[in-house]
Amino acid sequence: MRTLIIQLVLIAATGAIVWRFLSGVGQRSQAVRRIALLVFGVLAVASILFPETWTMAANFIGVGRGTDLILYMLVVAFFSFMATTFKRSRDADIRYTKLARRLALDEAVPPSVHRATTAVELPSDVTDDREDDAPGKV
Amino acid sequence: MNDDVWLVIPLYNEETVIEDVVRQARMTFPNVCCVDDGSSDGSVAAAQRGGAVVVSHPVNLGQGAALQTGFEYVRSDPQMAYAVTYDADGQHQVADVSAMVARAREADLDMVLGSRFLEGQIEAGALKRLILRMATAFTNFTTGTKLTDAHNGLRVLSRPVVERLDIRQNRMAHASEIVALFGSMTIDGRPLRYEEMPVHILYTEYSKAKGQSVWNSVNILAELLWR
Repeated sequence: MRTLIIQLVLIAATGAIVWRFLSGVGQRSQAVRRIALLVFGVLAVASILFPETWTMAANFIGVGRGTDLILYMLVVAFFSFMATTFKRSRDADIRYTKLARRLALDEAVPPSVHRATTAVELPSDVTDDREDDAPGKV
Repeated sequence: MNDDVWLVIPLYNEETVIEDVVRQARMTFPNVCCVDDGSSDGSVAAAQRGGAVVVSHPVNLGQGAALQTGFEYVRSDPQMAYAVTYDADGQHQVADVSAMVARAREADLDMVLGSRFLEGQIEAGALKRLILRMATAFTNFTTGTKLTDAHNGLRVLSRPVVERLDIRQNRMAHASEIVALFGSMTIDGRPLRYEEMPVHILYTEYSKAKGQSVWNSVNILAELLWR
């Protein structure tokens, strides 16, 4: 009876997670992920209902317990998630840098204007506050 | 005479020194571009008072990103023939830059790099020296260059080099990345012509407090391996 309670809770949670992922909007590349998720959901429910299958599978490939097998798979999955996330954040960083640089360059006083405004003051080495009023710099 | 030279100074929270650094530099090199990397103090205003043109990153991106922004700014100036990377904290000396630029002109070099080890007068601790030497050995090994000091911030780069540079390491590993880019860069099919020249770094209390900690070399190594 107690196993039934935990089975119901886990099935509900799995169903909710799969539903959340499947209901997102996206494009063709997401289709593969969705099919994988569906398979994952089915497998998850199956392993909740028949937990001994994992132990059988584990024994078959030389792992002691089904939970150990799942733990190993989880570790591998976690690291591959970290790797893809790292790469994705690097790509995002590069885009973000380019955007910030574009903004910075667009707002800066162009070299020609800078030359024109500073050439006059150079010999006397006296700075005035003209540059403070230059466009783009407040 | 040095109107075709641009100093590129990455600037991040150096309010107390930057005005003097810029003012002093501009006595010899009138064109100074400070790339403010999202400073939270009065660095921008101070640099402008010194007479620099300031390009401001809207957010902090890192010193490598600031250098690349500076390069892109100065190459929009058709009169630019040389760009000099220069530190904001006052540890570099204008006289060294003058000598390096003069050498680049006279020998028609693509770049002249500063080195703290050519004359053996480095005022840094033993551990820092060791780390710098190891970093240099690592960089030479991986990039095929032959330098005595790969992590020196003082560099004179000719226009063709500046035009070919595309630094992607935003954080501190950019020093090694720049050397790697130099190592693989060609101009009209030939490798770069470059020389190193001795420079005298002033390790003031201020710059020491600001400088990279020894721990940061671990980060630099990690960034290089995972670029």
